[in-house]
Amino acid sequence: MEVLKAFPLGQYIPSNSFLHKLDAKAKIIASFWLILFIFLLRLNLSYLFILLLILLGIYISSIPFKYFLKSLKPVYFLILFTLIIHLFFGEEGGKVFWRFGIIRITELGIKMAIFMSLRLIFIVMITSLLTLTTSVLELAQALEDLLKPLAILKFPVHEFSMMMTIAIRFVPTLLDETDKIIKAQKARGAEFGKGSIVNQAKSLLPIIIPLFINAFRRANELAEAMESRCYRGAQGRTRYRNSYWSLKESLFITFIFCYSVLLLIMF
Amino acid sequence: MALISFVNVSYTYLKDTPLEKEALDSIYLDIEKGERVGIIGKTGSGKSTLIQLMGGLIYPTLGDVFIKGKNIKNWSSKELCKVIGIVFQYPEYQFFAETVFEEVAFGPHNIGIPEGKLEDCVKSALEAVGLSFYEIRDRSPFHLSGGEKRRLAIASILAMEPEVLVLDEPTANLDPKGKSEIMSYIDKWITKNERTLILVSHDLDEVIRLVTRVVVLKNGQIIFDGPSEKLFINYEKIEEAGLDIPEIVKIRKILLEKGYPVEGAFTIHEIVERILAYKGYTALWKC
Repeated sequence: MEVLKAFPLGQYIPSNSFLHKLDAKAKIIASFWLILFIFLLRLNLSYLFILLLILLGIYISSIPFKYFLKSLKPVYFLILFTLIIHLFFGEEGGKVFWRFGIIRITELGIKMAIFMSLRLIFIVMITSLLTLTTSVLELAQALEDLLKPLAILKFPVHEFSMMMTIAIRFVPTLLDETDKIIKAQKARGAEFGKGSIVNQAKSLLPIIIPLFINAFRRANELAEAMESRCYRGAQGRTRYRNSYWSLKESLFITFIFCYSVLLLIMF
Repeated sequence: MALISFVNVSYTYLKDTPLEKEALDSIYLDIEKGERVGIIGKTGSGKSTLIQLMGGLIYPTLGDVFIKGKNIKNWSSKELCKVIGIVFQYPEYQFFAETVFEEVAFGPHNIGIPEGKLEDCVKSALEAVGLSFYEIRDRSPFHLSGGEKRRLAIASILAMEPEVLVLDEPTANLDPKGKSEIMSYIDKWITKNERTLILVSHDLDEVIRLVTRVVVLKNGQIIFDGPSEKLFINYEKIEEAGLDIPEIVKIRKILLEKGYPVEGAFTIHEIVERILAYKGYTALWKC
């Protein structure tokens, strides 16, 4: 179980908010649209309104703000890097505050530094809003629906999504199992990550071999279970959880769309 | 100080996350050398967490675990392996070696038993669980039958000759014959080598024959700790823990109510003997 702690997947936080109940398709479309849209915006006051929109989203998601800060952690370095590059190696433009060789701080540089970092933060926040309020299985199903048009090009949409769903479903199982095997081998005096590189690699065998064998065994069992329940791919298959595109979803998408287009026109 | 000592131990899984779950809550438990302890409880009662703490595989969130009077955090994992040998649930899922010999020799080799002595170790461990060393040593552990695999897995821990043998549901998923075989091998090994036994199970029927003391866990707390005989008098504790009362206890209860002297009898055999003795037919019961 403790391995899970370090793993970012499954950051979904169950709740009953409006955003949680919203159909995943609507959330995916809205997030993609907003991320795309951020790149279209001119660098001015409009960013404030995007921030307001995100904060509103965080508020109605009823997820504590610290989870959003946590999701920024992996990109801290990237943000810092962007900030520094734009600040010190910014484009010529406006007032020049300081210059030393190729290093210079300009008015445009400062502006770019702020806006580019904001852009990154916004993108991460929007993605987090999606993944924190939507379970992975819902995401996979929504993706299947959204990819359906590709079936015309003979793309195996159902199989693709089934593979994805199964893979995602078994990540926690495999992690759990890895944890168990590590503990069992430790109880037999095994040590990991010690000695020369060859020895370190060797010491991993007692974990990797059982893990693979069990994964194959499990895959076999799953295939048999699916076959014995007459699984035959997408033909005539219905779902346990039906997607439910209702007025709520249409209104949500319309709102996001109008809000962003208005911003584009006004600023 | 006791061999194993839990002092106010709590353990919380995934602390500080929305999935936080308290597995053990303020546990005090002393286990002396040579004791035979059964730890029983439903799934999720904290049994497995308890034994992982004993093996130093996880550390308590609060409180301390002492082994031979020394805090478990100060034990090196290799030294600890020589004291506490844990057989986890479904131990055959941890096989990795090409031959039975390598599989059993893995543990002893890790804790520094010299090469020359390995063969003796493996041989006596395999024989302790009724597997023939010469027949089986070069076979693949994956090609054994279910019962043999389980016995091999237990042998791979016995080979390290731990002072305390901890078994987590050692007979899960085995047929009745396999179950009783494994139990009798464990019983023999413990008796012969004078070791301490900790047997974890949700099945009281299985535990009572081997242990003299029972610890009942419910929702991470100890709700009973005492001699098995006492537990069967207060069997409401068994029901409280959400477990089935063993058939034998039910039968005994009825017989006691009818006035038969069957206190302290744990097997059908013993009960029949008592009744026959009571009625004066001792000679008839021979099988």
